[in-house]
Amino acid sequence: MTTVTAEPASPSTPSGRSARPSRLRRSWDKHWYAWAMVLPVVIVLAVLIFYPLFRGIWLSFTNLNEANQVAEICTKSITGSEVCADNPNKWEFVGLDNYVRVLTGEVGEFWQWTGTTLIWTFVCVAFHFGLGLGLATMLNRPMRFRGLYRVLLVLPWAVPAFVSAFAWKFIFNERFGLANALLSAVGIDPVSWFADRWTALLTAIVTNIWLGVPFMMVALLGGMQTIPSELYEAAEIDGASAWQRFKNITLPGLRPVSMTVILLGTIWTFNMFPIIFLVTEGQPAGQSEILVTGAYRAAFEGIRNYSLASTYGVLILSILLVFSVFYRRALRKQGEVW
Amino acid sequence: MSRVKRPGRSRRSPARSVLLHGTLLMASVIAIGPIVWVLLSSLKPGYAIQSSELTLFRDTTLANYSYVLTETNFPRWFLNSVIVAAFTMGIGIFLSATTGYAVSRFNFPGRRPLMMVFLVTQMFPVAILIVPIYTIMARLGLINTMPALIIAYLTIAVPFCAWMLKGYFDSIPTSLDEAAALDGCGPFATFWRVVLPLARPAVAVTAFYTFLTAWGEVAYASAFIQTDNKFTLAYGLQQFVPQFNPQWEYLTAAAVLVTVPAGLVFFFAQKHLVSGLTAGGTKG
Repeated sequence: MTTVTAEPASPSTPSGRSARPSRLRRSWDKHWYAWAMVLPVVIVLAVLIFYPLFRGIWLSFTNLNEANQVAEICTKSITGSEVCADNPNKWEFVGLDNYVRVLTGEVGEFWQWTGTTLIWTFVCVAFHFGLGLGLATMLNRPMRFRGLYRVLLVLPWAVPAFVSAFAWKFIFNERFGLANALLSAVGIDPVSWFADRWTALLTAIVTNIWLGVPFMMVALLGGMQTIPSELYEAAEIDGASAWQRFKNITLPGLRPVSMTVILLGTIWTFNMFPIIFLVTEGQPAGQSEILVTGAYRAAFEGIRNYSLASTYGVLILSILLVFSVFYRRALRKQGEVW
Repeated sequence: MSRVKRPGRSRRSPARSVLLHGTLLMASVIAIGPIVWVLLSSLKPGYAIQSSELTLFRDTTLANYSYVLTETNFPRWFLNSVIVAAFTMGIGIFLSATTGYAVSRFNFPGRRPLMMVFLVTQMFPVAILIVPIYTIMARLGLINTMPALIIAYLTIAVPFCAWMLKGYFDSIPTSLDEAAALDGCGPFATFWRVVLPLARPAVAVTAFYTFLTAWGEVAYASAFIQTDNKFTLAYGLQQFVPQFNPQWEYLTAAAVLVTVPAGLVFFFAQKHLVSGLTAGGTKG
């Protein structure tokens, strides 16, 4: 698809003036097609993700909120004309104030929320991956009802997140929930799930594990089916046990898929808003909040504090960026090209 | 997919067979249990739901459904949701597929940064992006319109889908593209008529993912939509539930009604899910 360029290639011309436009031109001729194909997505992402992002970074250094956002205050005078005066409390640049207030715990509970978020993310992703891997291994062999099991096990994925949140909140209801009914059926006292930080967190974690296992299972099952079966046959001839086959063929073969889904799973779980927000609602007394839900409540309950919300957003994004940089570096050290 | 019976494989012993099926059966029960429980509860009257006695069926009635269907603006919300989800799905598939194809096949400047951007967009907390996006939508005059929702949902779904489709396109041999080019297909015709039909499983997964993103989303819907006749189903059904005295019987019925269409889409996509996600996410 490369069209003929007007000038002959002269990459070594010392006069950069004439070489540069032609290089640009050639680059354009060669790549315009690819650029045209990605352009719509780039525009939408630029307008709706990156503009808000940069604006957010800027806002986190100001004190903008719902009350001080207008530059002028206008009042109707008796004659009916509007009189406008400068807003004396107009929002302004405040430097690192927001960060100081958040990190010292003056507003919100940054460190407690971060701790909860780390526990939440680690436990959820570990169970997602562990259960997903286990179920995928079981499903990745010929047996009866395989298709049926697969459909049933993937089904939670098809349930909208807020419906699952509602369903589990219903199950963990203290008075008439299924969980307590089952507990009392086996003679254990009903638990008031949302009265304690850890049981409240447990309900959210159970909900999220239920919700997230299907994705991991499907991705890993897909990965397993790309591993050539000759490897297994050869190993079997060599007398390798099932465990040895799993450890030495399945796991290494799954590495690229697992690394990707673990990274994605970590990011998604870290920012998982609806589950905590709807299932525990932060009970008891905000102790089961994770960073995103805590930040949302701190910034948007009462007078909406846009600058505070942005500060939290920047902090959350920084944590995830640092994590993924280290994650990729760790992978590269182990010889992964990814 | 590859349901090849390996002939030389030793048969499972009965004990192991029981263990295998037992575990899978238990996992399946846990997977569908909550859904079934909500379904059963939705058929009970309010007082039976709120009793601590454990029963599967009690005074079975469809009253909850008829309340939700007739006393609320349900048909209107349902239509809105279908419109939003259908457009998100259609545009989402097209955008992710073209982007995924370009990233997979052409080595253009900006390719690697674009892949990184897809990953980074997943890191933005939606709850915090809502306000700046709201301001932009307001400036574009899109508040309380469906395009606002469709565009917002596309920003959630497209990066991941493009990433996934790129992985699938990578697994389709480029020799096919070259053959098509020799036959006189332009790059777009190659993509549209040769590669895309081969990527049907991955497209099915994309359809499922984009539909689900739009169908169940509540946060953006509650921020951008203000009048009752524009609500989507997911948001509308939360409206008639007072916060401190939830009417569980209507909530259960509403939950079932919201889940059924998602389940239908799932049913059509499910046989492609495993193969469609196969290559998806292998290499970044």
